Amino acid sequence: MNRHVLSMHDLTRDDVTRVLDTAGSFREVGSRVIKKVPALRGRTVVNFFLENSTRTRISFELAAKRLSADVINFSSSGSSVSKGESLKDTALTLQAMGADAIVIRHSSSGSPLQLTKWVEGHVLNAGDGTHEHPTQALLDLFTMREKLGRLEGLRVAIVGDVLHSRVARSLSFGLVKMGADVTLIGPPTLIPPDAPTWGVQVSYDIDGVIPKLDVCYMLRVQRERQRLEYFPSVREYNRLFGLTAARAGVLPEGALIMHPGPMNRGVEIDSDVADLPQSVIEEQVTNGIAVRMSLLYLLLGGAGPSGSAGDDVEASRA
Amino acid sequence: MSSPRVLLDREDVRRALTRIAHEIIERDQGADDLVLVGIANRGDHLARRLAREIERIEGRRVPVGVLDITFYRDDIGLRAEAPEVHETRIDVGIGDRTVVLVDDVLFTGRTIRAAMDALTDFGRPACIRLAVLVDRGHRELPIRADFVGKNVPTHRDDDVRVRVVELDGDDAVEVREGAPASAGALAGNADDAGEVRA
Repeated sequence: MNRHVLSMHDLTRDDVTRVLDTAGSFREVGSRVIKKVPALRGRTVVNFFLENSTRTRISFELAAKRLSADVINFSSSGSSVSKGESLKDTALTLQAMGADAIVIRHSSSGSPLQLTKWVEGHVLNAGDGTHEHPTQALLDLFTMREKLGRLEGLRVAIVGDVLHSRVARSLSFGLVKMGADVTLIGPPTLIPPDAPTWGVQVSYDIDGVIPKLDVCYMLRVQRERQRLEYFPSVREYNRLFGLTAARAGVLPEGALIMHPGPMNRGVEIDSDVADLPQSVIEEQVTNGIAVRMSLLYLLLGGAGPSGSAGDDVEASRA
Repeated sequence: MSSPRVLLDREDVRRALTRIAHEIIERDQGADDLVLVGIANRGDHLARRLAREIERIEGRRVPVGVLDITFYRDDIGLRAEAPEVHETRIDVGIGDRTVVLVDDVLFTGRTIRAAMDALTDFGRPACIRLAVLVDRGHRELPIRADFVGKNVPTHRDDDVRVRVVELDGDDAVEVREGAPASAGALAGNADDAGEVRA
């Protein structure tokens, strides 16, 4: 597996399968009396979050702690970043303190890649600007595979503000890699012009697509990243692209409703739709811990390419 | 490497498991409060067979769990790649019960050490016992088995393999004589990695 996970493009199809398979075992750990295994004892994981986050930061923190790693949480407020320390100097400080992995969230696309040039540890992208959010995509893939039994051939719509969504990008890349059939839906102003090159289809008509779906994935309207002119009004957006109770009723039996959170209830998803049985939004959160444990374990559980232990050990396991 | 020598054939394995089942019951005068936990990837199949045998003898169903000890290995982080993880499933509480760990080969004892650590994360058993199909010696930790199918003197570099019907198509225990210890024994020898579990 690649040393860093910055983008879904860093993972092969086999890597993704391995991460999801291993995550299955870690979900079992979450159901034990003692929800902790010693796999990463003595390793240090730094959560370096320069943009607000609840679930991703807590999820990474729990994941690392359940693996017995030492965890340092680090955000811009309350650190020297607020005194104007540069990303590079902060990174070198973390490096000097012996971080084995740095989980970074940053509002600027590409900052995780920049970080890899300065630090020796593994870098995990926990969301960078409008670029990618690979661990969210992995937990979504895990949830879909578990609920529907496969990824190959699944018909998935990703609906809403694709333009500003790193989740939509990572998930599209991941789904296409795994052989799913992806349709991006949203107002033309919020569909990136290069979307057709991702291997996905584009539609502006949610009602035409919804009756044929296995998964309806709603994106948050990211008001903090948009100026107002992308669509005329929230009411109109909800009417044209929101997952209303009527639309949810047209979804095929067994289809899933997903959302990466945090939700704007009443904007992209109606409040009672978010609470329907086919909505797996809370399970996405639970699975996020297992998937992040899996990724941390696979990245940090070995000695790395310089390690001296035998290569074909699996073959000889009696 | 030479061709493998068969230590136990299918009938030998069957007889050994039958005897171990009797011994397990005898030790605790019955099968009450008993839980069998097999260590993945062969021990779990042996545990299921022991449970069937105990049920046949005692008329009592014994719960069976499967334990993957990967996260508890003492060589994690020493190997180039993170070891592959298998399923763990222990559906019953093990608190205050007699847990019999079941594995195919007892070798260095490190797997059993890891398994005991793992078990204590599920609860506090009244006691933990150990049943193995083959004890091949060369312990590196103060651990011994309570129930042994067969004691087999081996050279440290030998490769002892247990085959089970469920995974390998037949039941057998085979030994392949290892090459004379090489200079880079710790790093290079593929056996070594397997032996850590065995």
